[in-house]
Amino acid sequence: MSTDNVVDTKRRRFLVNATSVVAAVGAGFVAVPFLSSWMPSERAKNAGAPVEVDISKLEVGRLLVVEWQSKPVWIIKRSDKTLADLAKNDENLSDPNSENIDQQPAYAQNHDRSIKPEVIILVGICTHLGCSPSFRPEIGPADLGADWLGGFFCPCHSSRFDLAGRVFQGVPAPTNLVVPPHMYVSDNVIVIGRDGEAV
Amino acid sequence: MANLLGWIDDRFPLTKMWNDHLAEYYTPKNFNFWYFFGSLALMVLVIQIISGIFLTMHYKPDDAMAFASVEYIMRDVPYGWLIRYIHSTGATAFFIVVYLHMLRGLMYGSYKKPRELIWLFGMFIYLALMAEAFMGYLLPWGQMSYWGAQVIISLFSAIPVVGDDLTLWIRGDFVIGDATLNRFFALHVIALPLVLVFLVIAHILALHEVGSNNPDGVEIKKNKDANGIPLDGIPFHPYYSVKDIVGVVVFLFFFSVVLFYFPDGGGYMLEYANFEAANALKTPEHIAPVWYFTPFYAILRAVPDKLMGVGAMGGAIVVLFFLPWIDRCKVKSIRYRSVIFKVNLIVFCIGFVVLGWLAMQPVNETITFLSRLFTFLYFAFFVVLFVTSKNESTKPVPDRVTS
Amino acid sequence: MKITIKKLMPILMVAAMLMPALVLGSSGAKLYTAPIDINDKASLRRGAKAFADYCYSCHAATFMRFNRIAKDLEMSEDDVREMMIHTRGKKGEPTKIGDVMEVSMTDDYAKNAFGTAVPDLTLAARARGADWIYTYLRSFYVDADRPTGFNNIVFADVGMPHVLWSLQGLQTPVYKTVMHGDIGVEELDHFEQIQTGKLSRVEYDMFLGDLTNFMVYIAEPVQVERRSMGWKVLLFLVVLFGFAYALKKEYWKDVH
Repeated sequence: MSTDNVVDTKRRRFLVNATSVVAAVGAGFVAVPFLSSWMPSERAKNAGAPVEVDISKLEVGRLLVVEWQSKPVWIIKRSDKTLADLAKNDENLSDPNSENIDQQPAYAQNHDRSIKPEVIILVGICTHLGCSPSFRPEIGPADLGADWLGGFFCPCHSSRFDLAGRVFQGVPAPTNLVVPPHMYVSDNVIVIGRDGEAV
Repeated sequence: MANLLGWIDDRFPLTKMWNDHLAEYYTPKNFNFWYFFGSLALMVLVIQIISGIFLTMHYKPDDAMAFASVEYIMRDVPYGWLIRYIHSTGATAFFIVVYLHMLRGLMYGSYKKPRELIWLFGMFIYLALMAEAFMGYLLPWGQMSYWGAQVIISLFSAIPVVGDDLTLWIRGDFVIGDATLNRFFALHVIALPLVLVFLVIAHILALHEVGSNNPDGVEIKKNKDANGIPLDGIPFHPYYSVKDIVGVVVFLFFFSVVLFYFPDGGGYMLEYANFEAANALKTPEHIAPVWYFTPFYAILRAVPDKLMGVGAMGGAIVVLFFLPWIDRCKVKSIRYRSVIFKVNLIVFCIGFVVLGWLAMQPVNETITFLSRLFTFLYFAFFVVLFVTSKNESTKPVPDRVTS
Repeated sequence: MKITIKKLMPILMVAAMLMPALVLGSSGAKLYTAPIDINDKASLRRGAKAFADYCYSCHAATFMRFNRIAKDLEMSEDDVREMMIHTRGKKGEPTKIGDVMEVSMTDDYAKNAFGTAVPDLTLAARARGADWIYTYLRSFYVDADRPTGFNNIVFADVGMPHVLWSLQGLQTPVYKTVMHGDIGVEELDHFEQIQTGKLSRVEYDMFLGDLTNFMVYIAEPVQVERRSMGWKVLLFLVVLFGFAYALKKEYWKDVH
């Protein structure tokens, strides 16, 4: 074997590199299952599966909280007055026209942020640091000021949202509340977590 | 780069450690097949630690949830099945590799002066590994987990006077229960792995202090060149690192064959009865320990007296610790030792395997007789070795390694 | 004579490898080989139907999710729903396609009715083996002494009624005496059909094959994926070996 004592450094470098690259590719493939194991399990996916809600008995102006993916989801039937009041907030909002498309599905990118104007559906988690804001429907309460036309107030860091979940200017929350994917399977039955369009 | 390395070296012996243990650790150039198993054992340890950490992220050490959480890992966790099979196959691989590593030590006298401490650290590793495997086997909380642990823990009740209180203390309950599971989990995932890692470090440090033995049993440090480098030595890195990589790849090939095509190992790695949840009221018809414990279990069963049986089993392990002093022959390698030693060792190896097989058989007269015969042969190995090694007729050992 | 470890090693290794085979051969009862093929999706779908119709009303499979069956057996979720989901949850909530296969029967009720809790069947095929299940379901025979009217060759005095009798018909065992040394032992020779069922013997065996196949599948749903991943990994390792070996050879030119 030792016919020549000259070390072929080029060949060595090639083999070191080639072996390293192939081994690194292998290590990459090995990493996939380990990293994937942190993704939601089938159990978690099932627990977070779309939920059906019947809103036929929901009174106007009341808040219904349902659980979807272990998160609170708010459903409110808004009165005509509330809908009319929404426009009054526009000048004080960060994103009155819901231009940030990550915060709602396309079918809720409208002034009311909803499919049916009166029914608003929101994920009840503040876009600042994840607290769940309180529902404050009353108009002009002492602590929130005379301009308050009803909305949500986050107790953690005082972020404010109107009754379409739109964030006010000058509060820590950067974006509007999230409208989850949802669809109507009948007039009064909503499926939260599934897009009507996707089906 | 060089600056960064210099900055680190001024503060931490990085280059020094690299040189001491890899680039300037001079290793005999004549290592053969048997010398792969040390580095393989280290790799299996790493595999077990990584896969084990990921399993703890999904496993529940609770008697009401443990069994279901294992099936949850097998089905609901993305790639959980793969991680679990890696870990269960790794347990078997660990013992195969360690047994072959120990046999290498026996063949080439690697435990002899000045390497007695390496052997002792190694034996403690083996002991810790057995405890680790035993406690890990309880965690799936199947029928075999439960009743296997029941039998093994009950061994301690053979100890006079304190036996019964001791077993109660180990279990933390009147039978094996939630408390036992929870403490075994803690020991399995943190306490024993820490012990193992420290022992492995000690094992390797001791080895690198005195230098590696080799198939000729020649001390390469006796023949050095002008620079003080052993004439028969080559730096571990790159020569043995590239060689060990080949060994690792071949090992991974066999490992993957088992992992992907025979994950339950024909019922020897994942016993069939363990797919039934633990039931304190019903013992499975046929209890056998996982394969790597079977030789010692056979010794236990061979002795009709409870205390004596436990003593024999314990003795079978303890006697291995004393091997460096039982074997009094000055010649290390089997290559230059007597026929008596060779025959003795071969009989010992066959006996060890046969004992393992016997432990898996339902007891009857023949099996009991054979178990006693091979138990006798097991211990006879050490007696014969002690008696014959003092004045063994050996062949002349060469001055330098032969290949 | 020169004995070296090297020469004896192959013998030792072969002996070690033969051990499991010897042990496996030593099991007692005679079992028929279940005609199963885990890759046969049509058979698995028929087995799923059989399981839903005959087993799942009493036996749960609490680790198996409906949508997993749909995905693995290449069925639509609606088809699986129609085939398998006929009950609501314990609180009356609708059963979701991602739920596990639970049953409403409680252990207490089962102990009253059958004298034992009804075992979960998710892992039955791994705990007992496919051949056992197949043989067990073939081996019910008429026995007036049993409360259910049936007994079983491989599971004596079993509590489970013969739910498949209308398919299999009724049979009674015929024994023969086999000499084990000097001792004669009664062993099953064959079954005698005393009333035909809806299926012929061959059809019934095929039906059981499908059912057993499905049970083998739910015991380890990942097995098809596991095997197909296996050869890819092995192929990769062969490639890596090629490079690693060439690298080793190259460096060891210095030594040899």
